[in-house]
Amino acid sequence: MKIKHLVSGIALSMGASVLSISAMAADTIKVGVLHSLSGTMAISETTLKDTVLMMVEEQNKKGGLLGKQLEAVVVDPASNWPLFAEKTRELMTKDQVDVIFGCWTSVSRKSALPVLEELNGLMFYPVQYEGEESSKNVFYTGAAPNQQAIPAVDYLMNDLGVKRWVLAGTDYVYPRTTNKILEAYLKAKGVAAEDIMINYTPFGHSDWQSIVSDIKSFGSAGKKTAVVSTINGDANVPFYKELGNQGISSEDIPVVAFSVGEEELSGLDTKPLVGHLAAWNYFQSVESDANDAFISQWKAFTGNPDRVTNDPMEATYIGFKMWTQAVEKAGTTDVDAVEQAMIGQETENLTGGMAYMNKNHHLSKPVLIGEIQDDGQFEVVWETEGVVPGDAWSDFLPGSKDLIADWTAPISCGNYNTVTKTCSGQNY
Amino acid sequence: MRYINAICACLLGLLISTSVLAASPSEAQQPLLLELTEVKLNKALPVLQQLETTEGADMLALFKTMLNGDLYYEKETRRLIAALKEQSVTRYSDLFSGEVLSDLSKKQVRKIKVNNKLRGYLGEAIARMQLNHPDSAVRKDAVRSLFSDLGSNTITLIRDARLKEQSRSVQEAMDVALALYRARHAEEATDRLQAIKDLEGSLEPEVRNQLTQLAENDPSRSVRKAAQTGLDKIDQQAEMYGFINQLFFGLSLGSVLLLAAIGLAITFGVMGVINMAHGEMIMLGAYTTYVVQLMLPNMIEYSLWIAVPLAFMVSGLAGILIERLVIRHLHGRPLETLLATFGISLILQQMVRTVFSPLNRQVATPDWMSGSIEINPLLSLTLNRLYIVAFALLVFMILLIVLKKTSLGLNVRAVSQNRDMAKAMGIRTDRVDAMTFGLGSGIAGIAGVALSQLTNVGPNLGQAYIIDSFMVVVFGGVGNLWGTLVAAFTLGVANKFIEPVTGAVLASILVLVFIILFIQKRPKGLFPQKGRAAE
Amino acid sequence: MSSLLSNFMSFSRINGDSKVAPFVVVLLVVTALASSCNLLMPEDSVFYVSTYTITLLGKYLCYAMLALAVDVIWGYCGILSLGHGAFFALGGYAMGMYLMRQIGDRGVYGNPELPDFMVFLNWSELPWFWQGMDQFWVAMLMVLLVPGLLAYLFGWLAFRSRVTGVYLSIMTQALTYALLLSFFRNEMGFGGNNGLTDFKDILGFDLQSDNTRVTLFIITALMLSGLLVLSKKIMQTRFGKVIVAIRDGESRARFIGYRTENYKVWLFVYSAMIAGIAGALYVPQVGIINPGEFSPINSIEIVIWVAVGGRGTLVGAIIGAILVNYAKTKFTAIMPDGWLFALGAMFVLVTLYLPKGLMGLVAQLKDRQLQNVNNRPNDKAEEGHA
Repeated sequence: MKIKHLVSGIALSMGASVLSISAMAADTIKVGVLHSLSGTMAISETTLKDTVLMMVEEQNKKGGLLGKQLEAVVVDPASNWPLFAEKTRELMTKDQVDVIFGCWTSVSRKSALPVLEELNGLMFYPVQYEGEESSKNVFYTGAAPNQQAIPAVDYLMNDLGVKRWVLAGTDYVYPRTTNKILEAYLKAKGVAAEDIMINYTPFGHSDWQSIVSDIKSFGSAGKKTAVVSTINGDANVPFYKELGNQGISSEDIPVVAFSVGEEELSGLDTKPLVGHLAAWNYFQSVESDANDAFISQWKAFTGNPDRVTNDPMEATYIGFKMWTQAVEKAGTTDVDAVEQAMIGQETENLTGGMAYMNKNHHLSKPVLIGEIQDDGQFEVVWETEGVVPGDAWSDFLPGSKDLIADWTAPISCGNYNTVTKTCSGQNY
Repeated sequence: MRYINAICACLLGLLISTSVLAASPSEAQQPLLLELTEVKLNKALPVLQQLETTEGADMLALFKTMLNGDLYYEKETRRLIAALKEQSVTRYSDLFSGEVLSDLSKKQVRKIKVNNKLRGYLGEAIARMQLNHPDSAVRKDAVRSLFSDLGSNTITLIRDARLKEQSRSVQEAMDVALALYRARHAEEATDRLQAIKDLEGSLEPEVRNQLTQLAENDPSRSVRKAAQTGLDKIDQQAEMYGFINQLFFGLSLGSVLLLAAIGLAITFGVMGVINMAHGEMIMLGAYTTYVVQLMLPNMIEYSLWIAVPLAFMVSGLAGILIERLVIRHLHGRPLETLLATFGISLILQQMVRTVFSPLNRQVATPDWMSGSIEINPLLSLTLNRLYIVAFALLVFMILLIVLKKTSLGLNVRAVSQNRDMAKAMGIRTDRVDAMTFGLGSGIAGIAGVALSQLTNVGPNLGQAYIIDSFMVVVFGGVGNLWGTLVAAFTLGVANKFIEPVTGAVLASILVLVFIILFIQKRPKGLFPQKGRAAE
Repeated sequence: MSSLLSNFMSFSRINGDSKVAPFVVVLLVVTALASSCNLLMPEDSVFYVSTYTITLLGKYLCYAMLALAVDVIWGYCGILSLGHGAFFALGGYAMGMYLMRQIGDRGVYGNPELPDFMVFLNWSELPWFWQGMDQFWVAMLMVLLVPGLLAYLFGWLAFRSRVTGVYLSIMTQALTYALLLSFFRNEMGFGGNNGLTDFKDILGFDLQSDNTRVTLFIITALMLSGLLVLSKKIMQTRFGKVIVAIRDGESRARFIGYRTENYKVWLFVYSAMIAGIAGALYVPQVGIINPGEFSPINSIEIVIWVAVGGRGTLVGAIIGAILVNYAKTKFTAIMPDGWLFALGAMFVLVTLYLPKGLMGLVAQLKDRQLQNVNNRPNDKAEEGHA
């Protein structure tokens, strides 16, 4: 009998939560925030949640949007990938949000994607990623490989005269794709196969002795050598420590990283790292009025003068600005209208210049290369002449070189094959 | 490492140079110096080169300051300024006169940027200027750092310096440099042959590269053959040193495993408690190190020595608390202790997240632990690993002594062998339990101090080691400290010897599978406990 | 001897109290109600149950099935497996492979033969272990066979050499950890960290339609009820009684002449298969399977569901799983930081104060009631141990 009570109790409370949906009125515009607040990814994602909240607050101070106030709905997918799908559904059906800002890892995005496409939602994804995707329902405001990896390699090749390459990464999809693209790119540039060393390590790898010693002997062959690192998160600290201890300095073998930003450096003693590189679209150290304002706003919002800003935060910032502009242009928060209004939107980068939303739902942004300084910041040593348009499908992968994404009529397709003139893999 | 050494030397030099100062700028260099403040980063190299050729060693202070990224200029007057950073305060002084410019603010100065290319050049230029440095170690490093770029200018400098050189080891290095140059540029095959002969015995990577080139491309057959012979000799040596290196890697991984597991060997092995919160005890130790460094920012060099006893106390007390509050009530129900301590581990992790933030914390490595000892160009042992191997063994010995020679140890062994009998003999078993658990946890805390030097200090630190720790203890045989020692080093070395063949991931999988199979064969581990205590 | 007897008494007592039949009835009624409210009611109705709720309930039921699997071996045979997540994930992967193959040429690269992640790793043909997975029956066979075989192999090795108790728990944990590392590797051919996702349909039914979702939910509920009844029946047979005897005194059972390792192996295989089925039903409902499911923490969490509900009661395990997960859903929404504190405290408090879980608490309360009414001496129901 007790059990019966329990079960019916559960059923009742579920019913109650269903009830509450219909009771809610639509006098605010709801902004869903889908970032992990607990679990392994909380380290990175909590920052982005706060960024969205800050932007919402600022927008509301300006009088909201379309005459309505914005309301942030925060959920916690807890770094659990299936939960990303579940929470997306919750945001879409239970809370009925108009837009979602969220996800960090590729797998979380892949998990949320089918739900977004099924329910025709709108999501802004603010992290650099491996490309090979363009969904009608997602705008990618982080860097695609051609906006990070390829310019970085160009810099190393042309400015530092690097001839030998170590592609080291954590074994998951982003490093795999990036390294594949880079390998094809380097070979196209005439680098011999024996001058490329590829190495994958598991998540959180902590014992780097053998690998660093391999890199060292690979690099002592008389040609200038560099490491292109797609090593993720936690594994970086022991990696750089081992580099320092084995006496590999940035002049000997520079390491250019795509996943190490200001936030990651804040947990690190950067003295042995000075001179190693990172490629991003944004660095906190860039001097511009917009950036100064953003940094002081962030420090005030978090109440912590030591908080740093980073690239995914800028991507969130740009995404949010563009979304508000698109909503104003469309005059509604309706997903289809906003989606079309988004294309061609322009907004100011924090590093100066304008970011532009392309037809493939990726941004045109400048690419910066920075050297790590002893204060945990980067110093820009190189940047692209103009902006680089994000490429959804890499030209250097055999499977995707014929594919393009174009969300305007008449193609309106995320993966359109320019040879066979067909569109495949769409869920809408 | 030679650059590191050079940089260290420069750091030292900087202290001297900023106080002793360089000569004031000559007429000729003024426009160049001015240009340095204006030129773009990728155009700065020629300016520096010109400075070196016209001014030579007078530019040492400038180059060193620039290499350290401490070179600034005053926006208004364009004069060069050296910055001296002390903690959070930056002091500026005129680069040439040394005059302290206390009224300059951050807004009035701008940094002269350096990138890797410039750093590389500056390092070499400084090395060239330091060929006559009074310290022979500096001279030797200077020569060695020039191996990779032996132009005719450099060679002339080295040749001159060689005539005056007194120190034997510096002479040798210089001879290698000269021979390298001849091997590369000599017209006559006999000269090249002689150069190859002179290079014999040197293990420098540049020598190897030069020989490879000669063996492949030299027009003379006899040179090719001589180079190949030399190359074979080096490769033979390289193989041997590679083996030693791998062994060292294995031992150092083993010592990390030993440190992580040894506390567990006590709580699990002696007391029979499955302490899933063991990893968090390690984490507490690591955070203690962080707090110590935070409290005493001026004593980074000694921080570890202060942290070791503190970490022992923090983790030990936490252990005693856990034992008194929870584990005591679960006596004789090992599987339940597993669940309860797992709950505790979750609470501790979340507590750390709340108190210290989920971000990893920065723990600095003292200078005496950074870098490596170079035994020869092919073999260098990293200092931090070396210390940790020694430290792990030290902890092990102390623990052994505690268990074998003290009354606490006697009690612990008595209780673990026969609790009821020990009780009957008047031993206060519950007190012994608490002390044992505290001891095991405290040791875990000490391990945390060591691990803070190798890996991330964050809430997930403990999780990363818990499974490995259990594997080591189970593999070695529960209740046997020596077993833990042997198991840790066996697994460490095995892992490092498999890794080059299979890659890091597969190596750890293989080791796991091996342990699983091994335990099926010998359920009590390598060194099973014998006698009645075993049941 | 007396403890064995009293244990047996308490077992049969609690078993008698566990009321499998009423529970199954309640479960099926709730399922039927929820399903029909989703399909038949209009969306703005008060009684409408959203698809979100349906998938959530479906997920809880899969977890409940997993808890059932753990309870069968832990509650009845004293084998504490800290690696049951592995069997769950393997079942899930088998189902995921079938669903991947069903995508056919609708993948992003439009390759009719290869799943997207293989195209992108430049693989030219399907690896051998993917062959045949486009057939539903093959996949379903694998859902049972793969976890079953692994459990048989592991159990045969472990139980034969009498690896018991704590050692066994740690070994199961090592097993799932090794699998976690393996499945993370992209070379393994299971999609690495991203796992398998972007499923389109199952047996030709669109996975995104409400009908399919509700059907999957109903199948899960039916399966759970079926397995619950089956497990109960098994425990009432001679086989089940030997199992309980092994739990309470393995050496004694062995001395009497039972080949205890055989009993344990087969129970372990049965339990692993239940976990595999749970995984197979889980994947189409949540839409993704990835190596995270192998992580040792997940497996330990399953154990706590069982402990909260009350082990050795079957129904208790199911209730525990549903309750803890419901609490988790609610808790993480309200205060994400607090969840781990709550979960941790639950572990400690349940092991300290509720060794028999909620079901034990219910039984205890009932005993007290009886005592008050009849003023009878306490018959010490709570003294059993595993």
